Amino acid sequence: MAQRLGMEVSVALGEAVKLADADVIAAYPITPQTHIVEHLAELVADGELDAEYIPVESEHSAMSACLGAAASGARTFTASAGQGLELMHEVLYVASSMRLPIVMAVANRALSAPLSVWGDHSDAMAVRDTGWIQLFTENGQEVVDQVLCAFRIAEDRRVLLPVMVHLDGFHLSHVIEPITLPEQTQVEQFLGTNQYPLPLHPDKPVAMGDFGPPFIYTETKWAQEVNLRKSKEVVLECWQEFGRTFKRHYQPVEGYHSEDARVLLLTMGSFSETAMAAIDRMRQNGQEVGLIRLRLWRPFPFSEFRRAVKNAELLIVLDRAISFGGPGGPVCSEIRSALYNQEKRPKIVGFVGGLGGRDITVDGFEQIITRGIEIGQTGSEQEFEIFGVRE
Amino acid sequence: MPNYTIFVPRLLTKRENFAPGHRACIGCGEALAVRLACKAMGQNIIVVNATGCMEIVASQLPYTSWRVPWIHTLFENTAAVASGIEAGLKVMMRKRRIATQEINVVAIAGDGGTADIGLQALSGAMERGHDFLYLCFDNEAYMNTGIQRSSATPFGASTTTSPAGKVSIGQFSWKKDMPAIAAAHNIPYVATACPSYPFDLIEKVKKGLKVKGPAYVHILSVCPTGWRCATELTIKIGRLAVETGIFPLYEVENGRYKMSLKPDKLRPVNEYMKLQRRFRHLSEKTIKQIGQRVGEEYGKLLEKVA
Repeated sequence: MAQRLGMEVSVALGEAVKLADADVIAAYPITPQTHIVEHLAELVADGELDAEYIPVESEHSAMSACLGAAASGARTFTASAGQGLELMHEVLYVASSMRLPIVMAVANRALSAPLSVWGDHSDAMAVRDTGWIQLFTENGQEVVDQVLCAFRIAEDRRVLLPVMVHLDGFHLSHVIEPITLPEQTQVEQFLGTNQYPLPLHPDKPVAMGDFGPPFIYTETKWAQEVNLRKSKEVVLECWQEFGRTFKRHYQPVEGYHSEDARVLLLTMGSFSETAMAAIDRMRQNGQEVGLIRLRLWRPFPFSEFRRAVKNAELLIVLDRAISFGGPGGPVCSEIRSALYNQEKRPKIVGFVGGLGGRDITVDGFEQIITRGIEIGQTGSEQEFEIFGVRE
Repeated sequence: MPNYTIFVPRLLTKRENFAPGHRACIGCGEALAVRLACKAMGQNIIVVNATGCMEIVASQLPYTSWRVPWIHTLFENTAAVASGIEAGLKVMMRKRRIATQEINVVAIAGDGGTADIGLQALSGAMERGHDFLYLCFDNEAYMNTGIQRSSATPFGASTTTSPAGKVSIGQFSWKKDMPAIAAAHNIPYVATACPSYPFDLIEKVKKGLKVKGPAYVHILSVCPTGWRCATELTIKIGRLAVETGIFPLYEVENGRYKMSLKPDKLRPVNEYMKLQRRFRHLSEKTIKQIGQRVGEEYGKLLEKVA
């Protein structure tokens, strides 16, 4: 039987990669991702995981080595954060455009300057449009589960796209939680082996990454877009199968007391659990508030999301990144555009908070919701409000 | 060798893994070098191509000139992609996911993709000791984007970003010594080659494939378009580069230097430079200075051989 053990989430993540029997791991250290690649290095050094561990000289090379490994047909993993993810930026587009099933964990971190090793979602939002499937996780168990699902989704012949699993730097990556690691045999059955259809091999030469003149570029991009949108079905199918096998169930959009709530708060990542505590408290005080968490970020789950918010009068969105000079936080602006053409839609109020590792407590979430309700009634001249800033 | 052009083709495999029909310029020394290297490498290879002339001329969708497995991703990451492929093949053979056989990973890039933007990835891959061959096709500038200077452009050459002008001599710095940088990584094999010496090039590429660990072959590739020389002079100019000592042919096998060709007396550099309009603005005095520096560098190389 799989045991429930207390362990650091980064270590558990490494164990999940071991359970997936990854073939190639490219690793370059960056806080707060380091414990993930350190643990994988230990597993390889002790012979517990038979993988090639490439200690590359930069994140750009980490993702580039992943391109090569995935193109050769190997099950490929890397992890990064913040500046590292930014250094990979151009390579991320190549990974998705060339349909290479790479799995990457991102221990979300703020972007310089000023230098901050602490968490927010600036790095994730900067790579929003790179064509990767992107999942946000709330707790350690979910990190383990989503990393396993990520391999299955990425390598599915109908998908063949890279998958990013986001976990909040420090707030999630460095905490110790009770986690159940699935049995090896069950994971083997759930994942199978990677059967990349056209790997680089002399037996069957293929040319990958040719250049595309104007007469064909649009078609390649459209094919990519259609494919990423369609991957949602496979993600849902994977989570259903995961639920059947491991008895833990995941949805692209999840609610918490959201069904009858007039006021909804929307969060992503580990802050959602703190937000739940705030919702509980406010409900006890008789307020009809609820929470919506976005787990599947790309492809964006439009229908599930619209369904989840259809009865609400007010939707308060918390972003952990700023779209400078723009319409508000990146998540909030997507939410607005997803709802704009709906006949019945809630009012939307945007907040940005939790930047560079600043915590938002239960009290904080209560304040955000209270202020959100106020803005909902009175309106605001600002595009969004920033929570807890000293001016 | 008399009747050289008649005999050479008969001594080589007829199979072209770098197929004709590509879009390289007339007289392209690089396309010739790639073709010869392909004849040396055979079928059991995977080619990783940096962005650059050879990628652009031979891979426009939906066509390709490559008859071996080939991948292009970006400009600066060729050695890193090669690292991933080498690691992937190794572990999948070890885990019996694919049959064990010899598959050589070959990275190819131009001088910009090697000595400038790709240097970090190359250094990392050589330092980590991946079993791969890296071929740098050096045409001494960013030719694909329109003849901009690179760190491999020779002193005094006029390019579009180091133009000769009233107060400028053209390229202001001395050519970066890439083979020496590769050799400083203590890898088992480093060599220089030029398609004007086809058998020497072929032998070196074969040697580079054979060694375990990283191998680096730096191939001078005459570029009539960028060097502004006559297209029929490609071979001759390549030979003059060697005979003047500007581009000596040598090998570094496990740290031991060996000259591949040692002319009794170096020809004056002007014989090489006067055929190329990229140097035509240079004064006799400057050419003399260049000649001196070439002589000094050549002397240093001979000391390493001794």
